[in-house]
Amino acid sequence: MIKLVDLHKAFGSNKVLQGLDLGVEKGESMVIIGGSGSGKSIILKHIIGILKPDKGNIFIEGVNITTLKENELYEVRKKFGMLFQMAALFDSMNVWENVGFALMRQKNFKPGDVKEMAIEKLKLVGLVGVENLSPAELSGGMKKRVGLARAIAHEPEILLYDEPTTGLDPITADAINDLIIEMRERLSVTSVAITHDMRSAYKIADRISMLYEGEIIQTGSPDEIKNTENPVVKQFITGSAIGPIKIEGVDHERIFNRA
Amino acid sequence: MITFIERFGKKIIIFSEEFGRILLLLSSTLKQMTALPFEIKNIIKQMLEIGVRSLPVVLVTAIFTGMVFALQTYTAFKRFGAVELVGTVVALSMTRELGPVLTGLIVAGRAGAAMAAELGTMRVTEQIDALETLAANPVKYLIVPRFLSGLIMLPAVTIVADIVGIIGGYIVTVGMFKTSSVVYWKRTWDYLEPGDIYNGLIKACFFGAAIAIVSCYKGFYTMGGAEGVGKATTGAVVLSSMTILISDYFLSNWLFR
Repeated sequence: MIKLVDLHKAFGSNKVLQGLDLGVEKGESMVIIGGSGSGKSIILKHIIGILKPDKGNIFIEGVNITTLKENELYEVRKKFGMLFQMAALFDSMNVWENVGFALMRQKNFKPGDVKEMAIEKLKLVGLVGVENLSPAELSGGMKKRVGLARAIAHEPEILLYDEPTTGLDPITADAINDLIIEMRERLSVTSVAITHDMRSAYKIADRISMLYEGEIIQTGSPDEIKNTENPVVKQFITGSAIGPIKIEGVDHERIFNRA
Repeated sequence: MITFIERFGKKIIIFSEEFGRILLLLSSTLKQMTALPFEIKNIIKQMLEIGVRSLPVVLVTAIFTGMVFALQTYTAFKRFGAVELVGTVVALSMTRELGPVLTGLIVAGRAGAAMAAELGTMRVTEQIDALETLAANPVKYLIVPRFLSGLIMLPAVTIVADIVGIIGGYIVTVGMFKTSSVVYWKRTWDYLEPGDIYNGLIKACFFGAAIAIVSCYKGFYTMGGAEGVGKATTGAVVLSSMTILISDYFLSNWLFR
């Protein structure tokens, strides 16, 4: 369904992706883990065609999207729905207009019908009576739910989640995880999520891939990742400051001696 | 010396890059203008924002500019006995120069800043990325309505500014200095040619388009959170104002020679 082959991307001298390969099967839930600033969001933006790679190919259902023209790319994007880290709701619209945005533009439904459909989608993510509120009136968790309702409104085949649980309290985060699982079961979508929240990754993933220094260094089931022998993956999933992953500005020797 | 040349060269490269990117955005905007569906609702919203909401401040500026211009011209022209030409000078100045330029500067400060701030905030909060994921072209959805509104509304507001400025001149010349009302209007119409008015409006069209594209460019390519939005907003007002003042000379040279 999704195949990334030898992907390279640099911003100035900062090489973010350095020969990344990744495959996602139809109906699968893939979670990409990796440290902050490692380029996880960049992968999602490549998959949906917002960013173009410096080198390499991206195949969506066998179509190489790196060679498509702008209008052809917009057609491919209709297959996608994406939930952003901070939800990215449109400030100038109320909740139902946000949720119904794609329906109004892509499918030319009338505003009255779109509102009905948006209310249905909001119910699906557990929100009732919020359709006329503005995004500024919503809590962080509610914004994520509205963002999810907007992402699924046009019934996409692929859902992308950018840090779906970041910035939420553990209970709300777990509710979002349950929603992601429910979306996959009810809508039979293929999903790719990026996160550094391991609880969330274990819960929602069929397979987990670890991104490190611009490459995928290991892919496996949640159990395989839990029992990994790879020292980099091990350090990341246990959340230890001691190990091969070095954080800029942190005195690792001092931490090691103290430990 | 080498450091100075390096710095100067770097500035030229940055300027050329920025100018090139503005032209690319303009070309993309012109291309998207003809693509269906037309963003009628958005265009009307932006016309209200750029035109109607700028009117009060434009009216106040235009009337006082007309008044002060008449005041200065009257006292100067009195020295060589040409006070009957005050109406002519006010009308020519307003239609050819002050109407379009002052309206442009006011709209740049008001609507240009708002455009850059809104688009900049949308960029840093990923709303522009969200538009793309929902298969909506952000240039078509966000920039085309602002560009068209600038192009249409700036000349419309300039017409009002021209009229109000001439009325301001009338209030001072006739009301304060007690000259003949008939002479004021006669001298105004005698020497005012249609070319003065429509060439002034051509300038206004150019200024409107320039304000919109420069401000949208600054907002659309904002980086760096709240600080970036602040810089984009300031940059939009400065660059739009500079564009208006510099291009005004070349446009005047081309249109009025």
